[in-house]
Amino acid sequence: MGYPHKSHPKETPILSKYFGEPQARTLEGWKQRGGYRALQQALGMTPADIVNVVKESGLRGRGGAGFPTGMKWSFMKPGDGKAHYLCVNADESEPGTFKDREIMRWTPHALIEGTAIGAYAIGAETAYIYIRGEFTEPLRIMEDAVKEAYAAGLLGANAMGSGKRIDVHVHRGAGAYICGEETALMNSLEGRRGNPRIKPPFPAVAGLFGLPTTINNVETLAAVPHILNNGAAWYKAMSLSSPKSTGSKLFSVCGNVTRPGNYEVTMGYPFKDFLYDMCGGPLPGRKFKAVIPGGSSVPIQSMEEAESTLMDYEGFVAKGTMLGSGGVIVFDDSQCMVRHIARLARFYAHESCAQCTQCREGTAWTTKIMERIEAGQGTFQDFETLLEIGDNMTGKTICVLSDSCAVPVVSGLQKFRHEFEAHITGKRCPFRTAAAA
Amino acid sequence: MADTPMVSLTIEGRQVQVPAGTSILEAAKVAGVLVPHYCYHPGLPVAGVCRMCLVEVEKSPKLAPACATSVAEGQIVHVHSEASLKARQGVLELLLINHPLDCPICDQSGECELQDYTFREGRAEGRLGPDPKRFNPVEDFGGDVLYVPNRCILCTRCVRFMDDVVHDPVLNVSERGDRALIGKFEGQDLTHEWAPNVVDLCPVGALLSKDFLNKARAWELDRTPSICPNCTQGCNAIFETRDNVVVRMRPRSNADVNQWYLCESGRLDYKWLSPATRIEAPLVRHGDKLSAVDWESAIRAAATTLGGARVVALVSPMLSNESLHLAARVVAKTGGTGVFRVRTGPEAPLEGVPDLALRTERAANVKGAELLGFTKSASPLDTLASGDVLLVIGETLTAADAPALARAGKVIVIGTSLPDEARGATVALPSSTMAEEEGTFTNLRGRVQRYMQATAAPGMTRPAWWILADLLTQLGEPTATFLASEVFAALAASHPAFAGMSYDTLGLKGQIMSGEPAAQEAAR
Repeated sequence: MGYPHKSHPKETPILSKYFGEPQARTLEGWKQRGGYRALQQALGMTPADIVNVVKESGLRGRGGAGFPTGMKWSFMKPGDGKAHYLCVNADESEPGTFKDREIMRWTPHALIEGTAIGAYAIGAETAYIYIRGEFTEPLRIMEDAVKEAYAAGLLGANAMGSGKRIDVHVHRGAGAYICGEETALMNSLEGRRGNPRIKPPFPAVAGLFGLPTTINNVETLAAVPHILNNGAAWYKAMSLSSPKSTGSKLFSVCGNVTRPGNYEVTMGYPFKDFLYDMCGGPLPGRKFKAVIPGGSSVPIQSMEEAESTLMDYEGFVAKGTMLGSGGVIVFDDSQCMVRHIARLARFYAHESCAQCTQCREGTAWTTKIMERIEAGQGTFQDFETLLEIGDNMTGKTICVLSDSCAVPVVSGLQKFRHEFEAHITGKRCPFRTAAAA
Repeated sequence: MADTPMVSLTIEGRQVQVPAGTSILEAAKVAGVLVPHYCYHPGLPVAGVCRMCLVEVEKSPKLAPACATSVAEGQIVHVHSEASLKARQGVLELLLINHPLDCPICDQSGECELQDYTFREGRAEGRLGPDPKRFNPVEDFGGDVLYVPNRCILCTRCVRFMDDVVHDPVLNVSERGDRALIGKFEGQDLTHEWAPNVVDLCPVGALLSKDFLNKARAWELDRTPSICPNCTQGCNAIFETRDNVVVRMRPRSNADVNQWYLCESGRLDYKWLSPATRIEAPLVRHGDKLSAVDWESAIRAAATTLGGARVVALVSPMLSNESLHLAARVVAKTGGTGVFRVRTGPEAPLEGVPDLALRTERAANVKGAELLGFTKSASPLDTLASGDVLLVIGETLTAADAPALARAGKVIVIGTSLPDEARGATVALPSSTMAEEEGTFTNLRGRVQRYMQATAAPGMTRPAWWILADLLTQLGEPTATFLASEVFAALAASHPAFAGMSYDTLGLKGQIMSGEPAAQEAAR
């Protein structure tokens, strides 16, 4: 079932099946819907077997990078005598993305179950669910669900009577975008300033509290129980295009579409059908102009590019962008791209942790120039400056926030240069009516 | 360390071998290549944030931060390739976006790494255009430190120093993005004894010494390697002078003594090195008046005064080994005794560095004075018997010494000034401060370290060792030493603890005495 809209017949509702059903939130309701069978099964398997099943399923990280989950888990060396940790990245802060929020709001036990399986698979006795500070409702629901799970003996020193310890702690972030970056998340959990760490060492070697750690996205872990219940082959078979992209994926749609919301489709679904059919197409009298398909950090697509894109990791890359977090931001022909790009730049400038020079200064400078152009006071020289700053900000910093700020600017300048030029030649924003200005 | 395997790599075409685990930046130093950097400092944990040290490593897809990348066998590193130069230019341009162009009124100008690298590699013109720069007011960080946030490049050296070396986490990075600045935790100040090192660590003019503020331009200063004379630790220091006056004391790195650091008490106590009031000519008493005479007459008068009487020599533990050696010989020649006293204060260790502290005894050569036969005492003049001759060398006298002085038959002063208490002296001989001479100190661990002459001694003043050598000659024991190095050679020949040492072997890092447990080395 979809939420808040009705599920579309062409959706593949696996994770989102119970969105909108308050009963699914409770432990009782979740068990009635098949919950915790997978955990029971997992606790009877060896961790290595679980890792192999996940590897075979082809599940990849749903947070943005798309790293194969099974392989990530296999980096955690069993029997190294160290405590292992699992961090659940529920700091969903990528502009345009709100899928993890819904998973936690409606199916908190799906996440707890996936977390417990993941923790067991990587040899961790402790898992932390790091929830975005602004997510007050999901936080409350997750805390209640964790309490329920402890009370029912599903978690704790003897999880489901297996004799294995699995502790799950819910930690509320303090409202920083950067804390969704996995190493910043660990710093934040440790009580430090949420600054990304230099890699190497990678988290699997020295992560939380200096110990081997795996960080997984909410959606990734929520998919794991389904894989165990239905088998790796079932999951792997869900693929309409590239065999490297399997399973279902939640896409959060916002912007100028008729039916914004979360949609779950099989990997490889045609983007054109998705936008025009599933999401209901543009608002009456409007035309789609551009789309950011994977959260604000991926390159903007023109509508022509988007219409020929297949929705999986490879399909988006083939069309010059990325699947990212699955946050689809749609713009129609009434929208000023310069204004939106300036707004995105301002977001990154605000959220830069201020460690790396390129990011700290580059995001702010980009914002100043973008806002000046949008105000009709730009020059053609600014284009070259923006592109050069963008080049300086790409691939040179500890994390990718800097790159992410450059991405919409550079792709916007490539694909919507005429709108930038119109701001300069007209000395005003062409989208603002005289009255609005 | 002996078991660490060695790794060979090529940096800027130069083959080097370094222990595995070394950073590319440190390996480049071995190759004689400077990788420009701001946030990296060998004494601090790696931050990798300034991104200035990005270098090209062949077969690597991205530029690598040289400070945070370990060497690998067969690596080929380019520091001055087009890609790395372009990356550095980018960083420099971005660092200057919010940096005021106030070099003409900035204390750091001339010794500023942002200025240096911009001059060498930066863009010729800015591109900021009409957009305003960020502005934050100057903040007093307490202690000797002033923070000018507009000049700050957020390298975080100061924060890491206070956290990881001082273990007094007073500083932080506040705010985010380009609003970020160095903050001070509520109600705390940079008052730690070792806090002023953040001024030296700061690569730009963001952290300034209040003591040195607007005092001199960096390029007007002459710099002389020396030793901080203000406690027994013997921190290696640089005396910076302008117009023959010491205006600043800064740390000189010595891994075995003080690493890169100097404490506040040490560095700020330099004004006595260029005293404003002093005697500049030898003075000899004629009746009730002291009159200026030439050195030969003065030495003759001093020798006559010493003749036959028992001598009590009150020496300063800030005197060089050379002066103390000759003073000890004068005492021996006249059958007297040598004593000294030491000013004390609370010990202040630098937690993150083994065996480094502002020591309780606030004089550089306590160990040397003891080794050379002088007795430490809280009331050294108690040994003075009626009729003894008191020979004061480099030591200040106070009102408390007046009764003892009255007991003395005669008083000879060798010093920079004639204290009120010694107005009745028979002979006063003007000596130089340690900044005006060269010599050696022995620190508390038995490390003998040289200091160089930083300023010219005024008038007829001479180093104390020279005065004492002349006096010995006059007393019938020619020393035939005309240079400080010759005095030291004589000392090394006669004292087993100094055996085998010479100014050449001491170099600029000093040498541990034979028979001393190499405590500082062992601690590392």
